[in-house]
Amino acid sequence: MSNIKEAIKNRILVLDGAMGTMLQRYKFEEADYRGERFANFPHPLKGNNDLLSITQPEAVKAVHRQYFEAGADIVETNTFSATSIGMADYHLEDLVYELNYQSAKIAREVADEFTDVPRFVAGSIGPTNRTASMSPNVNDPGYRAVTFDDLKKAYQQQAEALIDGGCDVLLVETVFDTLNAKAALFAIEDIKEERQIDIPVMVSGTITDASGRTLSGQTVEAFLISISHIPMLSIGFNCALGADQLKPYLKRLSQNTSLFTSAHPNAGLPNAFGNYDQTPQEMQQLIKEYLEENLINIIGGCCGTTPEHIKLIAEVAKLFKPRTAKEKIC
Amino acid sequence: MKNHYLKLSGLEPLVITPQTNFVNVGERTNVTGSRKFLRLIKEENYNEAVEVARAQVEGGAQIIDVNMDEGMLDGVAAMTRFLNLIAAEPDIARIPVMIDSSKWEIIEAGLKVIQGKGVVNSISLKEGEANFINQAKLIKRYGAAVVVMAFDEAGQADTYQRRIDICKRSYDILVEKVHFSPQDIIFDPNIFPVATGMDEHKLNAIDFFKATKWIRENLPHAHVSGGVSNVSFSFRGNDKVREAMHSAFLYHAIKNGMTMGIVNPEMLEIYDEIDPVLLEHVEDVLLNRKPDATERLLDLAESFKGTSEVKEKIAAQWRSEPLQERLTHALVKGLDEFVEQDVEEARQLVDRPIAVIETYLMNGMNVVGDLFGSGKMFLPQVVKSARVMKKAVAYLLPYIEASKEASASSSAGKILMATVKGDVHDIGKNIVAVVLACNNFEIIDLGVMVPPEKIIETAVREQVDIIGLSGLITPSLDEMVYLTKELQRLNIKIPVMIGGATTSRAHTAVKIAPEYTSTVVHVNDASRAVNVANNLLQPNFKDEYTFNIRSEYHQLREAYLNRSKSKEFLTIDQARKNKFKINWDDFKPQQPNFIGVKTIEVDLSELEGFIDWTPFFQSWQLHGKFPAILKDEVVGEQATSLYSDAKKMLQNIINEKWLTARGIVGIFPANQVNDDDIEVVTENGLEKFLTLRQQSKKTEGAPNIALADFIAPRNLDVQDYMGCFCVTTGFGVDDKVKVFEKDLDDYNAILVKALADRLAEAFAEFLHLKVRKEIWGYAQNENLDNDALIKEKYKGIRPAPGYPACPDHLEKPTIWKLLNVEEKIGVTLTENMAMYPAASVSGYYFANPESKYFGLGKIKEDQVRDYSKRRGITNEEAIKWLAPNIADA
Repeated sequence: MSNIKEAIKNRILVLDGAMGTMLQRYKFEEADYRGERFANFPHPLKGNNDLLSITQPEAVKAVHRQYFEAGADIVETNTFSATSIGMADYHLEDLVYELNYQSAKIAREVADEFTDVPRFVAGSIGPTNRTASMSPNVNDPGYRAVTFDDLKKAYQQQAEALIDGGCDVLLVETVFDTLNAKAALFAIEDIKEERQIDIPVMVSGTITDASGRTLSGQTVEAFLISISHIPMLSIGFNCALGADQLKPYLKRLSQNTSLFTSAHPNAGLPNAFGNYDQTPQEMQQLIKEYLEENLINIIGGCCGTTPEHIKLIAEVAKLFKPRTAKEKIC
Repeated sequence: MKNHYLKLSGLEPLVITPQTNFVNVGERTNVTGSRKFLRLIKEENYNEAVEVARAQVEGGAQIIDVNMDEGMLDGVAAMTRFLNLIAAEPDIARIPVMIDSSKWEIIEAGLKVIQGKGVVNSISLKEGEANFINQAKLIKRYGAAVVVMAFDEAGQADTYQRRIDICKRSYDILVEKVHFSPQDIIFDPNIFPVATGMDEHKLNAIDFFKATKWIRENLPHAHVSGGVSNVSFSFRGNDKVREAMHSAFLYHAIKNGMTMGIVNPEMLEIYDEIDPVLLEHVEDVLLNRKPDATERLLDLAESFKGTSEVKEKIAAQWRSEPLQERLTHALVKGLDEFVEQDVEEARQLVDRPIAVIETYLMNGMNVVGDLFGSGKMFLPQVVKSARVMKKAVAYLLPYIEASKEASASSSAGKILMATVKGDVHDIGKNIVAVVLACNNFEIIDLGVMVPPEKIIETAVREQVDIIGLSGLITPSLDEMVYLTKELQRLNIKIPVMIGGATTSRAHTAVKIAPEYTSTVVHVNDASRAVNVANNLLQPNFKDEYTFNIRSEYHQLREAYLNRSKSKEFLTIDQARKNKFKINWDDFKPQQPNFIGVKTIEVDLSELEGFIDWTPFFQSWQLHGKFPAILKDEVVGEQATSLYSDAKKMLQNIINEKWLTARGIVGIFPANQVNDDDIEVVTENGLEKFLTLRQQSKKTEGAPNIALADFIAPRNLDVQDYMGCFCVTTGFGVDDKVKVFEKDLDDYNAILVKALADRLAEAFAEFLHLKVRKEIWGYAQNENLDNDALIKEKYKGIRPAPGYPACPDHLEKPTIWKLLNVEEKIGVTLTENMAMYPAASVSGYYFANPESKYFGLGKIKEDQVRDYSKRRGITNEEAIKWLAPNIADA
């Protein structure tokens, strides 16, 4: 395992693009999701993309490979929803360890196929589909569908498996509720202490709209402060917005932190059909502005981005020096 | 570059910097402190309990303390439920939470439901080190700051020594063993009651102050907090005394470094408004100044009992005060009950409704600003003041708008107003917006906390003429810099006005203006805003105006940069080696047409053309360059009327010879000696002028100048010369002032003084010209108009002792001796070397074409010592005279 902490000092690291967008191209049906192993499983499994790491590992590996070939330094494991909380929808809570372990393992295998420059595997830890600081019930604002302890336990299980499977770094991403992220980070700190390891952690929040806040209502600066008790490799934003809409928030973040910064925006905003139209060239141009303004150390893509997007992003990222960190009071 | 500020968050950040005045922790959502809140929680009336929290935030709390420690309550469930409920209220959840409990399980329950970075209140060494470490580690992992009580295995710290010992021990454990961020540690060194009658409680307040100071000085980055109401425990039932004690305690605690505290804003008197007798008695107790302080306060307290009666009496009293006092009182105290009534009364008294704001209300707000600035009023009180102000302004708005409609039709320009990102202060901005709107500008007010991209996007979309940025807190300065950088990057050319308490002309000139090729202007106050906006938009003279602003800021910047570099100094010997070099081989000083001393007679009418009017208007608080000021939208009318009065009086001064102009000038052979001194040859022997040399380290190639450098050194055998002078137009002023004052005519009394000052300056200008062209005659062909003279475009200089190039006032006696000033023209020097009459000017003449005005800047002790020897005075005396120019050691 090469050291990502060293690599990030020397160059802008490129993160991969969307996994879901790429898997959609295979047009998998229920039977494909099930594979042989879950042929007789009593509940529907179509749509459980994380399961494909077990039932269609070659497809997942092919996507990783395409991103590495496009120039990505880091690929994310196919584990965005692979917690006991996310898998409960499919009645697959018991499969969580294996899902994460296998996903990490196959990503690691593909990464090791590339020997030119060090390639890294980031264990993707999603937000789950529940919020710890908001009530899903408008009539009872004090209600919570998930607790800190539930989340901590679920994240602990996921993170342990990701580490066991060979991840170089853990990526707590698409943070729309900071309390969820705090639970994940708490769990990771517990593991680090227990195992006496120092695996780097990346955190990436999500600014949901032009209000400039997370779904749970925090400003960029409040989000940053709320998680700064944890040693992090990088902090950044992903999803919900395209590179242009994300930029002002990224700037504020970049101004206010001494950590490395990351961004993996969507390929623009979705059109009326939920698809992303931004071309690789268009996105490259927007990312070039990030680079010109010295905003980032890690750059990649989220929803709607493809290896073509990442290829052009990697090309332009090569031309720039990584952001030098500074901190001021926010 | 990591900073060490305590950073907390709710939905929004709270960053505690050295500039943060005092962080007020709301205390009403505490079942141990509020019976009402306890009842609401017991009855599970959470809706109303949430309203208590909301009232706290609206009342100015910056952190909200939540405590559910009550025997009959399920503390874990209550803490969880209440925090979950306030998390759903964005106007409450925006501030950080302080989870207040003595039970670890309640603290942990709280930590599990807050998404922001809160504060745990509290942990301590009470149950031993292992427990303390374990709790601290968990708090760190949950991500919160922590209040640490000065409490250990042996009990609560009740002496100074115990306080600091326990805090030090706690700090070392937290920082070294737990790796807790030191800025996230907040000590509570125990506020205990005073005036209990027990001797061992006499030092309770003092020990707290001392411990606070010690902590702030010895435990880097740690903060100090405390529950203030404890101190007045023995005066329960006597709110007047308690309020005074809280304020006085806070005043001293903050001075000693307390950064936050649990305070009930309603139980807080304004420090300056505490009855002076009561304050003295309270401070005697707090500071243990008298052996019988407690008894004396107890006796006095009796007279403040039955507070409701007293309060009513006080209330009735302030209502009978004059209008301005009533409005000021209402603003300072945050009382809005009578404000509309009083504002209406004020409106009846003025010509334009806006004048109520400009005079009565601004006067009151200035008092608020001064009290806040000097730490005698606290944020919650200021918030209340702002509310009263807003009510008053709101009442006036319809009248203001009606009068605007009556007077004007089309907009004078479109101005975007915004308080920058991260700043919530909008009183000043709103006043400016109102004043501008009243002067026919169309205002787009984006409110507070406006992100830069929104400002820029709106400015471009709305095609505004000016962007107005406001801010009160220090970080807003950086926001303004950032915004102008962005404007520059996007190639936008809209002029920017900067305002707000934290802003300054210097900061604008040094930090903001250089980032932007278009204009950036600092605006001092609301009335000035109109002037600036007009100047920026008037097609006829906006170019001249922006040019002037630019050059003004350029000069300011240069001065600042020189000063800021003065951190590095040369020794005086090094500085002398880097003196200003004139090539004396190529330059032969011109022999003066006249050598010696002569008095100068001049008719006042000859001086009129030399008057620089701009400072005249400044002395009347009318800002703007002459003559543009006469056409100024706001002060133009007043300036024109003042100018016409001044011209009339000037004619009387001249025709009726109210004043007499007397001047004296001397030109002498002179040479520089010993680097920094100038030896002049007079009929009566040698005299020496002592000059001071710049000592700050300069950039490569820039010299360390002293005035002596402009005179040829004696050892070169080049005969050089210098002059000196004194002029006055002050005789006759006092008589006239008396006449006016007898008539109760302050206006003309001030006018005649101001004009005499201007005439003295004009005389100095006139005489300098005469010296250049005739008496010395080194610039016989000079032909400059008054504008060029004001801009100092002539050859040679006339620096005055006491001013930047030669701040040493002790040079004046030398001039007086050389010219025999007192005997010849009657101008005398006071013991502090001020000239009498005041309308007098004295200085030197240097003729060398390379001579120039400069600022001495800061000098070091070695030069001061050297100077004291040259001057023949003690080092102490030298330090006293040169103090403003001596660099901090």
